[in-house]
Amino acid sequence: MTEQAAAPVPQHAGPEPMTGAQSLIRSLEAVGADTVFGIPGGAILPAYDPLMDSTRVRHILVRHEQGAGHAATGYAQATGKVGVCMATSGPGATNLVTPIADAYMDSVPMVAITGQVSSKAIGTDAFQEADICGITMPITKHNFLVTDPDEIPRVIAEAFHIAGTGRPGPVLVDIAKDALQSQTVFRWPVETQLPGYRPVTKPHAKQIREAARLLAASRRPVLYVGGGVLKAGATAELRILAELTGAPVVTTLMALGAFPDSHDQHLGMPGMHGSVAAVTALQKADLLFALGTRFDDRVTGKLDTFAPHAKVVHADIDPAEIGKNRAADVPIVGDAREIIADLIVAVQQEQAAGQAAGEQRFDYGQWWEQLNTWRKTYPVGYEPAPEGMLSPQQVIERIGQLVGSDAIYAAGVGQHQMWASQFINFDKPATWLNSGGAGTMGYAVPAAMGAKAGCPDAEVWAIDGDGCFQMTNQELVTCALNNIPIKVAIINNGSLGMVRQWQTLFYNKRYSNTVLHDGPAGNNGGSAEGEDSGPWQGTRIPDFVKLSEAMGCHALRCERPEDLDAVIEKAMSLNDAPVVIDFIVHQDAMVWPMVPAGVSNDEILAARDVRPDFGDEND
Amino acid sequence: MSKHTLSVLVENKPGVLARIAALFSRRGFNIDSLAVGPTEHPDISRMTIVVNVEDLPLEQVTKQLNKLINVIKIVELDPDAAVRRELVLVKVRADAETRGQVTEIVQLFRAKTVDVSPDAVTVEATGSSDKLEAMLKMLEPYGIKELVQSGMVAIGRGARSITDRSLRAVERSA
Repeated sequence: MTEQAAAPVPQHAGPEPMTGAQSLIRSLEAVGADTVFGIPGGAILPAYDPLMDSTRVRHILVRHEQGAGHAATGYAQATGKVGVCMATSGPGATNLVTPIADAYMDSVPMVAITGQVSSKAIGTDAFQEADICGITMPITKHNFLVTDPDEIPRVIAEAFHIAGTGRPGPVLVDIAKDALQSQTVFRWPVETQLPGYRPVTKPHAKQIREAARLLAASRRPVLYVGGGVLKAGATAELRILAELTGAPVVTTLMALGAFPDSHDQHLGMPGMHGSVAAVTALQKADLLFALGTRFDDRVTGKLDTFAPHAKVVHADIDPAEIGKNRAADVPIVGDAREIIADLIVAVQQEQAAGQAAGEQRFDYGQWWEQLNTWRKTYPVGYEPAPEGMLSPQQVIERIGQLVGSDAIYAAGVGQHQMWASQFINFDKPATWLNSGGAGTMGYAVPAAMGAKAGCPDAEVWAIDGDGCFQMTNQELVTCALNNIPIKVAIINNGSLGMVRQWQTLFYNKRYSNTVLHDGPAGNNGGSAEGEDSGPWQGTRIPDFVKLSEAMGCHALRCERPEDLDAVIEKAMSLNDAPVVIDFIVHQDAMVWPMVPAGVSNDEILAARDVRPDFGDEND
Repeated sequence: MSKHTLSVLVENKPGVLARIAALFSRRGFNIDSLAVGPTEHPDISRMTIVVNVEDLPLEQVTKQLNKLINVIKIVELDPDAAVRRELVLVKVRADAETRGQVTEIVQLFRAKTVDVSPDAVTVEATGSSDKLEAMLKMLEPYGIKELVQSGMVAIGRGARSITDRSLRAVERSA
C-alpha cells in the first residue's frame, strides 16, 4: 500500500480537553477515515455519541457485525484505503472474527474498533466481556487494548499505520468503556512508538540485477503475479515490465485485474481452477518470476511437484513468505512497485548489454509457440446447459460482457466465484473483490456494499451463490436504507454447488446435505443421483424475489436463456435501490479445468476425464 | 533436529509473552525453554528462547517472530560464542549419614547448599545444561524430592552488545 505509506495529512490540533470517546472520533477524522461500518452496543456506546456529530466520518449501521467487517474489507479493496468497522464488546466483537480472519488471509488493510468492558471489570467475566485481543491475536497483524484515554490518538494513528503499510492487514483496537468515558486531552499529530515495525520497501540492488539477469537468460519464464502487485499499486509498472520483456503473465485469484485479461501476454489464472495454459506454463517453466504472491497451496497443488524445472525469483514485502513454501534462488524483499520499477531499469540494461554483445537475451519465441498451442487447444469454456435452461457460466459471462470491465465485481465463495474469475474480463485493478485465502461464504453482499459506499460512482455487482446469499443477505437492508444501490446476481443452482461438485467427483454422487431446497422429509438431508429435483421444481424456499422485495430491493428472476440479456439490462437500468436477480441455473454444471486437491498440477483436467496432451513423451 | 538459542528483544508491554507463545504453537514450533526478564533498558525485555528445529523451519520461526510488532530484534546466539546458563534448585534427600557425600558433590560442581533440614538439603546450581545434568545424575541416587529449573539465559561473548542499535531505535520513538 504505497499510497497509504505516507503519514496522514498533518493537521495540528489541540491540546484540547475532551472525553476519550471524542478523542477517538477526532483521531478517526485525523487519520482520514471517512466511512465506518458498525453496530453500537453497551461498551462502545460512549463512542457513538460524538460519532453522531461528526461531519467527516459517515457511519453506516449494518445488520450484523460480520457485515460490517466484510464491508470494511470491500471498501478497502475497492478504494485502496484502510477500511474501518466498529462493534461492541463480547458478541459484537466475536462476530467480527470471521471478517478479521478473512482480511488477514487476504492482506486487506482494516482497522476494527471494539468496545471493551470497563478496565476494572476486565477479567471478571463481566456482562458481554470477551478477550477479543486474545481471540484475534493469531488473525490480526497487531492488536491493542486501550485502558488509558490519553493513549487513544497514538493507538489509532499506529493502528492505521500498521494496517496500511508493509504487508497490509487487519488491526484491532479494543477500548475499555471507562477509557471512552473519562476526560483526556486531544493532540494531533501524535508520534508513533513502533520500534519493532520497520517494513522494508526498497529492494536490494544486487538482487534486482540478479533477477534481471536470470530473466534475460531464461527461455521459459512466467511472471507469476499475486495480490501484492495490486496492493502496491504497481499495475502500470507491471505492464511495462511485461511488455518490455515479452514474458507471459499469470495472475492469481487475488491478482485478477493486475494485468489486463484481454492482454495478449496474459495466460489466465493459475491454480486449482486455473486455465490449462497458466497452470501448464508454471509447470513447464524454467523461471518463476513471482511478484507479490505466496505460493499458496491452491496455486501450487502438490508442492514437491510444482514447477519442477524452474528457478525462482521471489519478490514480496513480507520476508516470511519468501522461502516459506518454495525455496527462492533470488529473494527480493520490498514493495512491489519499487521492485518492478527497479527491475524495468535493470532489464533495459540487460537488453542494452545483450545488444552490445550480440547475444540473444529475453528470447522466448519457442516458449510462446508452446504456450499458444496450449492456449488455443484448451481455452476455458463450458458445456451448454440442457435445452431451455440457463447455464451459470453463461449468466456470469453475459453479466461481464454487458456490465463491462469498469464495474467492480464481488464474489462469494464456491463455483460462482470460480466462474466469475474465469468468465468475467478483468482489465483494471481493484475491480475484483473476493475472499481468496479464507474462502468465506457470505462475503459478496457486504463486500459489495462496502465497495459501493467507498466508490459510489462505480457500478458494483455481487456475483453470489444461493448458499452464500443466505448467510449475509440481511445487509441488503443496510444498502436499501443507506442509498447503496448494489446489484446482486444470485447464481441459484439450489445447492452448495462446489461441495456438490466434489460429491459428484469424489463421493460417488451421494449428495449429503448439499441440496438447499430439500428438507428432512425429502431425503434425510441428502439425495442420491436422479432423485433430487432441480430448484426450478423445488420448494423455492426462500423465495429470493420476495425476500429481496421485503428488504427494500428491486427483485427480478430469470429462468430462461432467451430472457437473460433483457433481465441484466433491466437490472442495470434500476439505480434508485439495490437490485437482486435470482438466476435459476442448471445445477449440474461444474467448474473446469480442475486440479484435484493434493495431486500434482501435471494432473490438471481440462474437463471431466480429459487430461490435456502436453506431448510429455517429447519432454 | 538441532537446538538453537534465540535472543529476542521485545517491547516491555502486556501480552507480549502471550503473542510469542501463541505464535510458536500456531505455527507448530516447539519451545524447549524460554526465559524472560528485564534488560538494562526499562522499555525492553529480553527473551532467551531455545528451539529444537532444523535450519529451514528456524528461518521461518525467526521471520515470523520478526513480524510481531512488539519484537524489536532477534539474534541467534552461536553456542561457541556465547555464555549460556541455567539455574536449578534441587531438594535432595540427605540425613546425617549421607549429608557429607551430598555436600561433596555440591562442592565439586561449585554449587551451593542454600537450605538444610534434618533429612534434606536444597542445592542451588547454575551452569550449562550439561553441567547441571551431570550434577543431577550424581545427586539422583540419594533421592531427589523436588526440582525446579529455569529456562536458559544467554549472552554473546566479547564487547559487542545486541541491544546497542535497538535501544537507539526505542529512544528515537519514545
